[in-house]
Amino acid sequence: MAVRAETAQAGGKKETAGRTDLTGYLFVAPFLIAYVAFLIFPVLLGLRLSFYNSSLVSGDAQFLGLANYKELFGDPDFWLSLWHTVLFTLLSTPPLVILSLVFALLANRAIPARWFFRLSFFAPWLLPSSVIALIWVWLYQPGFGLINSYLISLGLPEVDWLAGENVAMLSVVIATVWWTLGFNFVLYLAGLQEIPQELYDASAVDGAGPLSQVRRITVPLLARTTILVVTLQIFSSLNVFDQIYIMNTSGGLNYTVTRPIIQYVYEQGFTSYRVGFASAMSYVFFVLVLVVGLAQFAVANRRRGDL
Amino acid sequence: VAAGTQSAPERSKVAGTGVRDRIMGWLAFAVLLLAAIVWLIPLAWAVDTALKVESETTTVPVTWIPPSGFTLESFGEILAGGNMLRWYFNSFLTSSIITLAVILLASLAAFGFSRIAFRGRRFLFFVIIAGLIIPPQILIVPLFTEMDALGLVDTYWGIILPQIAAPIAVFIFKQFFDGLPHELEDAARVDGASRFRVYWQIWMPLSRPAIAAVGIFIFVISWNNFLWPFIIVTNTDMMTIPVGIATVQSSYGVRYADIMASAILGGLPLVIVFLFFQRQIVQGIANTGLKG
Repeated sequence: MAVRAETAQAGGKKETAGRTDLTGYLFVAPFLIAYVAFLIFPVLLGLRLSFYNSSLVSGDAQFLGLANYKELFGDPDFWLSLWHTVLFTLLSTPPLVILSLVFALLANRAIPARWFFRLSFFAPWLLPSSVIALIWVWLYQPGFGLINSYLISLGLPEVDWLAGENVAMLSVVIATVWWTLGFNFVLYLAGLQEIPQELYDASAVDGAGPLSQVRRITVPLLARTTILVVTLQIFSSLNVFDQIYIMNTSGGLNYTVTRPIIQYVYEQGFTSYRVGFASAMSYVFFVLVLVVGLAQFAVANRRRGDL
Repeated sequence: VAAGTQSAPERSKVAGTGVRDRIMGWLAFAVLLLAAIVWLIPLAWAVDTALKVESETTTVPVTWIPPSGFTLESFGEILAGGNMLRWYFNSFLTSSIITLAVILLASLAAFGFSRIAFRGRRFLFFVIIAGLIIPPQILIVPLFTEMDALGLVDTYWGIILPQIAAPIAVFIFKQFFDGLPHELEDAARVDGASRFRVYWQIWMPLSRPAIAAVGIFIFVISWNNFLWPFIIVTNTDMMTIPVGIATVQSSYGVRYADIMASAILGGLPLVIVFLFFQRQIVQGIANTGLKG
């Protein structure tokens, strides 16, 4: 996302520099106003709120200094929900990257009914999170749920997908992989289309089979796409909220082993009305996301340098 | 294996035509087909459940074809009884306004950054791009406080305004504009056309691919946005489809046919649109992702 080098323009020689400035600001202003009002301002307001004991219900707030942050770091629920978010990211990112790559490789050949495969993998991504939660809670039901029913008829033990302490997080990960894989799949398909066919033809003449072509040509040339997919995936996994919250509150998903940090922020801010505390938590999490982002950026740059 | 010397007539990735390669090709296809079927089962089961009478949804062992046949009863109940139509309207209205506003504001800004050499543009562009790393999820508390102070809780503008600030759209348009030849613009400027006319009459008509990519992406994202409408709306009549669907479940208790019917109705609009514009949507999403 480097800012492009400027291409000097000679447009409008009669225009004075001051007039050019004014025209430029006029073009940029409408977006900039929305951007400052609804992105920059809340970021700053959140920082301010985090130093107060503000609440959504009462108007007065006292300055607390760093008390909210101090309380936060001593709060086991904060650390636990943060861990759930990290665990969800660690569990969901590898399958979402690897499976989407494998499916894209398999689908990017001269095969019949390519539209059918694109539809099957991509359609779930178009569904809202609440629909995902409803469908998967239904699939995961004990006894008469589709998955358990099949397990039973195969003579296997039932799995307590929703309430089970050890499987609840895995259940959320499975539902999420099903839901969002299509997005990465489409990015990989687009990346594959940019690899020139001549490379494959040339290596085929040299006697390379399809597997070694994938290893020697496709995967290395997809490095740019992979960096992008991994980056976007980690970012979106870290921000998980919707499906876990909905399955927690109305689907019987085990709350104590899945609640992510954003859900804890929501509960503190909107159920306990502790706006200051919730803002402090948002900020700590934001810093964490920034650190992860910068680390990824550094790794991606080094990789790019290697190529 | 004497493969690879004959080249296949079509642009196939498997150029070799040896027996081993052909078997591997079929194997790969079988794996892909299996995966696609596994991927379709949850959707098929949801549709199947929604078409059953309530008493036959929880039979053990499960049946795909219910004894009393299929019925549209649950769909009728959801459409007649609930607020589904109202939520469709709310979602359609807010997503449309968000999409149009993002296209207009982001393309104007991108034109300024790409084509007008005003002072401070590099800095301002950097500030906007830096916004890409701010997760909207961390803003819910301060943003709600702000919207509350503005009196926008439970209003359409409350849903719409925060979603207009989408830096990714500025980035996509800027990339696209940077790639357009500026001879056209110079000629028009010599003829005395204003910057705005150049933007509106020359640049925007040339930018259909970028407009489609941004438009599709923003529409899908805002249509499916759960968190923000969930935060800013408390009144059932103001809910969007994703928020309404999540709350309808509790009112239907454990009536699975009804729940699945509402899930399908909730997901249907975008899936139908996708069936008609598959190529454009996939291309738009890929372009947005790859260039962002």
